Amino acid sequence: MLKVDNAVKIFSQGTPNEHKALNSLSIHLEKGEFVTIVGSNGAGKSTLFNAICGNFLLDSGSIVVDGKDITFMKEYKRASFIGRVFQDPMKGTAPNMTIEENLALAYSRSRSGPFGIAVRKKDHDMFAEALSEFGMGLEDRMKTKVGLLSGGQRQVVTLLMCTLVTPKLLLLDEHTAALDPATAEKVMEITNKIVSRNNITTMMITHNMNSALKTGTRTIMMDSGEIILDTSGEERAKMTLDDLLQLYSLKKKEAFANDRMLLN
Amino acid sequence: MTLFLGSLQLGLLYGILAIGVYISFRILNIPDLTTEGSFTFGLAASAMCAVNGHYMLGIIMAIAAGAAAGTVTGLLQTKCGIHPVLSGIITSSGLYTINLAVMKNAVNISLIGKNEIFSAAMAALPELSRDTVKCIITLIFAAIVCIIIVVFFKTHLGLCIRATGDNEAMVSSSSINVDATKVISLAASNGCVALSGGILAQYQGFADINSGSGILVVGLASVIIGEVVMGKRGVTVGIISAVVGSIIYRYILAVATSTHIFPATALKLISAVIVAVALSIPMIKKNIAISKTKGAHKHA
Repeated sequence: MLKVDNAVKIFSQGTPNEHKALNSLSIHLEKGEFVTIVGSNGAGKSTLFNAICGNFLLDSGSIVVDGKDITFMKEYKRASFIGRVFQDPMKGTAPNMTIEENLALAYSRSRSGPFGIAVRKKDHDMFAEALSEFGMGLEDRMKTKVGLLSGGQRQVVTLLMCTLVTPKLLLLDEHTAALDPATAEKVMEITNKIVSRNNITTMMITHNMNSALKTGTRTIMMDSGEIILDTSGEERAKMTLDDLLQLYSLKKKEAFANDRMLLN
Repeated sequence: MTLFLGSLQLGLLYGILAIGVYISFRILNIPDLTTEGSFTFGLAASAMCAVNGHYMLGIIMAIAAGAAAGTVTGLLQTKCGIHPVLSGIITSSGLYTINLAVMKNAVNISLIGKNEIFSAAMAALPELSRDTVKCIITLIFAAIVCIIIVVFFKTHLGLCIRATGDNEAMVSSSSINVDATKVISLAASNGCVALSGGILAQYQGFADINSGSGILVVGLASVIIGEVVMGKRGVTVGIISAVVGSIIYRYILAVATSTHIFPATALKLISAVIVAVALSIPMIKKNIAISKTKGAHKHA
């Protein structure tokens, strides 16, 4: 479903601040795979997402989604088949518009043209039904402005906006990190439900090592713009939190040792 | 009575301008200075068509002129990356020359003795009084524009425009083309503004090259007065309240000038003060709240 080949992105090239954010990174995802991504700050996780979504163009390499080369496709065109949820609950919804208007924004374009009425009766019912599944009572507050909702509720609305029309690829960028533990768990549960029911190819960045191993079908670890660990299937099932943490610090120490050698 | 009806007619006329300003200022969240130029552009286009006997064409040309001006500002903002306020200033200052050219380098055009939409309607409906006809025509125009714009903001495209003004970061990472929504809404906004100018030219029977100066503040004052009276609610209420605000604004002016509270020349200063005070109300409220909490602490 997703094929990223030899992706390279260098920021501030040719200056002392030169930073290789993606270092010949390649990753292939099959349809329905749910990959969790871990790695320290600056490892290139979000840069990878930004590259896939088209916030910037790659310096070299290619990105193919569902057999279609999107390396040079415009951001808003990619967004019609890539869903993305950010860490910041404020980023995914329009605060002064109601819940149903926000959902209609994501949904109605695929149904009627630009001059079609955005929120029809049957759309309203469909949105209410989809919201009621989450058991947060949002279906009774369809005319409430999204700005009045809590962070967790906003994330759920965003998640639903991204998946009302099933995307080819769903990118979750630490989407539960700004929420309290109970809400985070609830949102994670809803995420799992949506992803598995629609068999959506998904990538999720997380700093929670535990949920990285528990959730999804495959885990990768990134460092300095490269994938340093890629585990799935039985090997991943056997892996414990300690194994992962150990691997993580091992890799970090290696990097540290290299720095020391350079300085000496 | 004449003053009462006259203010109502002007209020409805400038209400269309207020709708245009509402679109750019409240929905898109951009103070659009193109307004100053596009108002005169509509006025000039409508007057020139009426002089040549095509008064209905004049109304249509006014809308087209405004939409074109808005499109230019939109393209300057999106494709050239110029600051929104500056793009409006650039367009409106360029429009001054274009407006002069439209008016064949005259600063003033008179429509006296020419056929225009109001005199044509009066001739068609001789049993009605002048003022009744004027009221009906301005009301029809304001109502049609209101309905079209209200319905437009209920369509999918309208929703996209509202989202652009509300949370641009969200829209730019969604499948909506932000550049396109901005250009379309600025075109719609300035189309309304120029239509208002176009009808005004035929209403007052003349076009003046300087009609547009300070017109943005008039529109802003109307929008703000409307919000004070009807409250800040959804877009539908907002659009209607802009027209209501415009009518109230005209009555304030009428009362003030007829009772000689201030001279007619002070109109623009008064408008500017109304806008400045109304826009600073949120800040004033906040400061009052802070000083109240401070006071409460002292007494405790």
